[in-house]
Amino acid sequence: MAVLKLHGTPFSTAAMRALAALYEKELDFELVPVDMKAGQHKSEAFLALNPFGQVPAFEDGDLKLFESRAITQYIAHEHASKGTQLVSPDPKKMTILSVWMEVEAHQFDPHASKLCFEHVFKKMFGMTTDPAVVEELEGKLGKVLDVYEARLTQSKYMSGACFGLADLHHLPALHYLQGTSSKKLFDSRPHVCAWVADITARPAWAKVIALQK
Amino acid sequence: MGTNQIHVTTPDGLDRQGNPIKISGAIYIRVLFSSKFYPVSDYIIYCEEAGRLKMVMKVYGPVRAACPQRVLACLLEKGVDFEVVHVDLDSGEHKRPDFLLRHPFGQVPVVEDGDFRLFESRAIMRYIAAKYEEQGPNLLGKSLEERAVVDQWLEVEAHNFNELVFAMVMQLVILPRMGERGDLALVDACERKLEKVLDVYEQRLSKSRYLAGDSFTLADLSHLPAIRYLMNEAGMRHLVVQRKSVNAWWEDISSRAAWKKVMELAS
Repeated sequence: MAVLKLHGTPFSTAAMRALAALYEKELDFELVPVDMKAGQHKSEAFLALNPFGQVPAFEDGDLKLFESRAITQYIAHEHASKGTQLVSPDPKKMTILSVWMEVEAHQFDPHASKLCFEHVFKKMFGMTTDPAVVEELEGKLGKVLDVYEARLTQSKYMSGACFGLADLHHLPALHYLQGTSSKKLFDSRPHVCAWVADITARPAWAKVIALQK
Repeated sequence: MGTNQIHVTTPDGLDRQGNPIKISGAIYIRVLFSSKFYPVSDYIIYCEEAGRLKMVMKVYGPVRAACPQRVLACLLEKGVDFEVVHVDLDSGEHKRPDFLLRHPFGQVPVVEDGDFRLFESRAIMRYIAAKYEEQGPNLLGKSLEERAVVDQWLEVEAHNFNELVFAMVMQLVILPRMGERGDLALVDACERKLEKVLDVYEQRLSKSRYLAGDSFTLADLSHLPAIRYLMNEAGMRHLVVQRKSVNAWWEDISSRAAWKKVMELAS
């Protein structure tokens, strides 16, 4: 069987998303490092894997994929019988999972990823966090988290009783934001807080974080 | 089509639409151009003689808005009956408490398939394409690998393309319509980024007839509403027509019967 390869860096939120899925499914894979500081993600060789020059890129034998959420879905379906069940075989449950995956992508991530950029990535690039931008983003993310709070009073996880891709996709942004002053957005909402604590404590996620050392 | 009208299939197999009316406390549908009356309750249309049940999918949203159009195009491609329930965005109907019960983020579209309610247009599209897999064109891809490539380009649309187009349409069309000034510097910045994204599309479409391969799929369909806005109201035609393969692809997908029907509904 061909080796699964993930091209990226364990610091990239998108790559971490794919790594989380690989670990949850207990799959053997090779992490091929991409030196983003040196601009390797814009090299010809990498553009052949992802023409948008973004990490991660994924290979399963002849199949090449990019876009972390397409990669996680492929892994979850292709290896449905291994490791944690991340999708549902029931069509209606799968559809509801699909709704909350879209919510993460369109409602949560736009604000969360900008907050990660302000707090964390700007510092990595030697820039300063802009407190006005942080405040504005926290306001917007707070409104989304109000909907999450209501949702999580009705179900333990985003799409129902079980952990799935709709929860997993949040992990990288949650991880970074928990180390910043924006943590308060999660701590002040009891069900959101419990959900964050639960999913970030998963052993598979710990393996992703361990790669950053 | 009026907002109160409901599609029915009569027991003799005719497609009709009609208005609900009350007779002696019960709700009936009076089918147009026919003298027959069919009883209806909560849009479950049944006929006393045939005793058949039929439910029509409801799509909440204005037909002119991009995200509902994505869903309508999908329903029309698959030949699925539906009813549009208009939502007046200009008066803020989508942010009122009763609408928030349907969509906690106060957006359109929302779809109700019987008592199964969904939001997020791309999740709705996937649901329709999967539920009606056996009818109309295959919009999902056949093998797992094909589906993964469709997902990949759907993600590209969602993350690399849509945000830029949405920002441009907001500044060039929506804000001015509301009497506010658009940020032209932002438009300029987005346009330059979009040029690079469309260069990748050009490269892809020079090798592949459609984004995910040889067949039209959700990945292509998902782009229709935004590209139309980009080329028309936002005045950015050149971004498409200056790219040979992108232009050919756009001509192809926008001339599909289902999309033409969406345009008819929106006019």
